[in-house]
Amino acid sequence: MEKMVPVPSRGIIPERDVNSSPILEVSHLGITFGGLVAVDDFNIVIGKTEIAGLIGPNGAGKTTVFNLLTKVYQQTKGAILLDGLDTKGMNTVQVNQTGIARTFQNIRLFSSLSVEDNVKIGLHNQYKYDTLSGILRLPNYWKAEKQSKEKARELLSIFNMEHMAKYKAGSLPYGAQRRLEIVRALATNPKLLLLDEPAAGMNPRETEELMENIRKIRDTFQIAVLLIEHDMSLVMGICEGIAVLNYGKIIAKGTPEEIQSNPEVIEAYLGKQKED
Amino acid sequence: MDFIAYLISGISLGSVYAIIALGYTMVYGIAKMLNFAHGDVIMIGGYVSFVATANLDLPPAVSIMIAVAVCTTLGIVIEKLAYKPLRAAPSLAVLITAIGVSYFLQNAALLIWSSNPKSYTSLFKFEPLKLLDGELTIASVTIVTVITGVIVMTTLSLIINKTKIGKAMRAVSEDKDAAQLMGIGVNKTITITFAIGSGLAAIAGVLLASAYPILTPTMGAMPGIKAFTAAVFGGIGSIPGAMLGGILLGVIEILGRAYISTQLSDAIVFSVLIIVLLVKPTGLLGKKISEKV
Repeated sequence: MEKMVPVPSRGIIPERDVNSSPILEVSHLGITFGGLVAVDDFNIVIGKTEIAGLIGPNGAGKTTVFNLLTKVYQQTKGAILLDGLDTKGMNTVQVNQTGIARTFQNIRLFSSLSVEDNVKIGLHNQYKYDTLSGILRLPNYWKAEKQSKEKARELLSIFNMEHMAKYKAGSLPYGAQRRLEIVRALATNPKLLLLDEPAAGMNPRETEELMENIRKIRDTFQIAVLLIEHDMSLVMGICEGIAVLNYGKIIAKGTPEEIQSNPEVIEAYLGKQKED
Repeated sequence: MDFIAYLISGISLGSVYAIIALGYTMVYGIAKMLNFAHGDVIMIGGYVSFVATANLDLPPAVSIMIAVAVCTTLGIVIEKLAYKPLRAAPSLAVLITAIGVSYFLQNAALLIWSSNPKSYTSLFKFEPLKLLDGELTIASVTIVTVITGVIVMTTLSLIINKTKIGKAMRAVSEDKDAAQLMGIGVNKTITITFAIGSGLAAIAGVLLASAYPILTPTMGAMPGIKAFTAAVFGGIGSIPGAMLGGILLGVIEILGRAYISTQLSDAIVFSVLIIVLLVKPTGLLGKKISEKV
């Protein structure tokens, strides 16, 4: 199978890839809506602790790929292997429990809930007690709630957001909302984190911080990250492998340097150069 | 002194409305549907507790527990059989189905218990409370109703705000898809919501039958409509709104009946609803939904 970046990834992060099998293997993935082929023959392999980028012009099908990976849509063709497990037929909840978490292009926090509660929603499947002991407030309720509160605070501290825990999510500044979405996704304990335009609307300083944080998340949690982004400084700065999508098809794959000098990519973004 | 007595019985009636309205508003908030069969679950609750006490001679506490258990199960079964297959259907189809379920329950009750009204003996048989040298008498059922109302509303607030399932309910009500992507099972959450709502309906049924001790298969219809009005009045989908709306509606109804006209009391209640909705279309505590264009 074609690999986007050899695993271990070109010696950039070899020592981290203890187990060299990839976390995500997508082969010949495709979906059609009526007659429209939104994604066609999409192949990608992502290593266990790799940061990969998915770029392409507007409407190329990048978010559709995310929706396929998280089973918002069921593919019409191809297979998605997550940690060697075929996700065919799973629903969004099952695929989340298997290890994919995501953020959204247009922020979709539970905005009337507090910051901490948003993170606790992500922790929902990790601290279990039945509804009845919740209603009667039995000891296992207190224990699980205490643990989940501590875990939520710990996750928020990645982005130094503990002091915002009691604020309403909807009242946070834009950049903080984007960060909270990442924390909430991390709370579901994923093996692969999908970030849909994490730097959208951020200023250069915030973007810089975000890059550091994405690396920090990868290093701390030892997970893979796949991100969609239009901010090229971020993509070229942190991605170890990049795939370029145009009209639902991958037109190029490689390291940031290879992508930057690829004529097809330049054409997709800027149009064809006039030949004299 | 009369005023205080009316006020107290208004709060008591309002507590029943609030308990019923909570069922309406929770289901609406989470499943985005109006469960018009909710009023008939109240009626089933009343009949079940009647059978448990009058026919089976069980103590009041046990009969209440049985009524809650039966209605909770009934709520889950209704949701699974009637509403779950329509999850992706247009809301009108769900509404019609809910009305269908309502008629089904009424006619099932007619079949089982016949159309003859049954006279219910109040489960709360202690002495009425006399205050201020006997000038103010509060009936035992009124006291029980108000206390139950406070307990139910506090417990429900704690469940909604402090437990995992409550957070899941709020998350699903706000963004179903995002909740699913965070690993929250939407179907399970909706089922639990129906279970809690129907359990509350059973409690309301017992309280209502104790206060107005005539059981008929259609006894749930009017309180159901009133409680629905209360939920809209307070802002449908809002839990504190349902509590506030219920209590205000009960007080308005009783005071209207006492001071303006007995015949017009229902008309007064609905007029107040119309006026509130004209001024504040989302209800007292309802949130304004603004869509970005």
